[in-house]
Amino acid sequence: MSHLRRPAPKELQPTSFAFTPENQEKAKKIIAKYPEGRQQSAVMPLLDLAQRQTEGNWVPTVAMDYIADMLEMPAIRVYEVATFYTMYNLAPVGKNFIQVCTTTPCWLRGSADVVDTCKKELGIGVGETTEDGQFTMIEVECLGACVNAPMMQINDDYYEDLTAESTKAILDALKKGEKPKAGPQSGRKGCEPIDGPKVLKAFCGCGAAPQDANASEGDA
Amino acid sequence: MQAKGTPDMLQDKDRIFTNLYGFQDFGLKGAQSRGNWDGTKALIEKGRDWIIDEMKASGMRGRGGAGFPTGLKWSFMPKESDGRPSYLVVNADEGEPGTCKDREIMRNDPHTLIEGCLLASFAMNAHAAYIYIRGEFYHEASNLQIAIDQAYEAGLVGKNACGSGWDFDIYLHLGAGAYICGEETALIESLEGKKGQPRLKPPFPANAGLYGCPTTVNNVESIAAVPTILRRGGSWFSSFGRENNHGTKLFAISGHVEKPCTVEEAMSIPLKELIEKHCGGVRGGWDNLLAVIPGGSSVPLMPKDVCDDVLMDFDGLREVGSGLGTAAVIVMDKSTDIVYAIARLSEFYKHESCGQCTPCREGTGWMMRMMTRMVRGEATLDEIDLLWDVTKQVEGHTICALGDAAAWPIQGLIRHFRPEMERRIKEYRARIAA
Repeated sequence: MSHLRRPAPKELQPTSFAFTPENQEKAKKIIAKYPEGRQQSAVMPLLDLAQRQTEGNWVPTVAMDYIADMLEMPAIRVYEVATFYTMYNLAPVGKNFIQVCTTTPCWLRGSADVVDTCKKELGIGVGETTEDGQFTMIEVECLGACVNAPMMQINDDYYEDLTAESTKAILDALKKGEKPKAGPQSGRKGCEPIDGPKVLKAFCGCGAAPQDANASEGDA
Repeated sequence: MQAKGTPDMLQDKDRIFTNLYGFQDFGLKGAQSRGNWDGTKALIEKGRDWIIDEMKASGMRGRGGAGFPTGLKWSFMPKESDGRPSYLVVNADEGEPGTCKDREIMRNDPHTLIEGCLLASFAMNAHAAYIYIRGEFYHEASNLQIAIDQAYEAGLVGKNACGSGWDFDIYLHLGAGAYICGEETALIESLEGKKGQPRLKPPFPANAGLYGCPTTVNNVESIAAVPTILRRGGSWFSSFGRENNHGTKLFAISGHVEKPCTVEEAMSIPLKELIEKHCGGVRGGWDNLLAVIPGGSSVPLMPKDVCDDVLMDFDGLREVGSGLGTAAVIVMDKSTDIVYAIARLSEFYKHESCGQCTPCREGTGWMMRMMTRMVRGEATLDEIDLLWDVTKQVEGHTICALGDAAAWPIQGLIRHFRPEMERRIKEYRARIAA
């Protein structure tokens, strides 16, 4: 079990937490999605909001308490949720949080090469963070991009159709502070065959400018 | 009737998801240019019974894996409210290994889903729908939210949706990394702000689901196909595929094919045709095929001789001891360490067990540890039978199907590749004896 699934030691835990005014507005809108008296439904999106706000991309225990107060629910119910779902980091992670999928469809297409390249280029093992705090790498279960295997997720972006070479290129760019282009690294746009769509050709050559689902901006 | 075993390749005019590959605008303008939101009001005016009857006539079976008839499912919802609201919940928690079809709908054709939500909700007397999307799909959720906002702005959803007089709200809810939330009652628990642990059934969601109210949970692909089915008629949809297995379907083909891809095809297409026509064939040719997992990781694998002529539909795959599941086809050629391929799935299920039922919580760990030894052959021959027995202790003894899903891949391996497992054990024992 990864150390990210257990609350960080006391010395790392901050003593206070509050949403920024901007995030308080967001929280209000989130809570309004659910019927009156059902505000507990907002616990997951609020934990996500807290994680995004916290330096180190994690959820401190005090943030869970804060959310429990906000939603008028027992703190233990928030702890249960925060420890159940794998996307909540319970300890700080690096600026670039790399999650390599190694489930069977990715493994069949060479996910071991991706993991090895990360280890070699970053000098860390699975579940470790580089000394400069720039990279954390973990292995994860299926991320649902199997026809674009192997793939990894770095923060909010999917990098797909990876090879050892393209993995290295992505890491090199990140080390330089650049933002490599997300999505398939093989040249194809999405889930069509590598040499271009075999069907729906009339829908793939004309029409409006292609929209890029992998653009880094956007607000879910 | 187009399809009786060997359909011609599905034509583009009969494809529902025409922006599957995302070359066009995913937004409202693009969607309208592709025929979405055309005459939605008139469809609503035909009434609830007409919609449900058309869905029944279409023969659509749920696209999330279990294959329950969609129209029939809708008809379980109460016709009149007893004071409680009804809900539609869309299962967009796509995470079954091999499966990546709903992702394409949500990022490239999101308006098909939103329009489908309106029509399905109206048919089930629901004024609100929640779409539960897996948290890792950040950009997919972003596109979907943009599309929802556009639909609100254009008056297509919200108060008096499409001018139909029906008030309808649609909300997006992001998950946070838990495969089990793809199980419908776990999804409901999660949506209520709890750990995603499945509920005992009954009561079924149609009686007591989200917030204790009547709820139907449907897969993204099922709902997104609804507008086209209603516009073109149930009989159009049912003209594809064999009896009891109708319609078009998104297939995602991954693993050892020359060109992995996702494609919409007619149900009942032969597996070999699907792989050769759309994916450039198996890497190294058809004779280099070892095995295929035809419906996502939960269904048992099929060795090559079964793959030669099996049809890709619910009944065809069930007859050969596997299943259509999510139609996520995982192809493995002869270079594959088949024992490891399945052992890795055992690791997946161990990781994703919610821990509620003892046979699954403990059994997935047992199975993973035994499978890990089987990869190296560190076992005795009779342990293969013991492993089989463990899978049978888990299967059918849990609240939800995750236990079954963890057991079936191992059972498929033992059924079809027992000699390979025995060979490894014998070699290992010979090595340590020497």
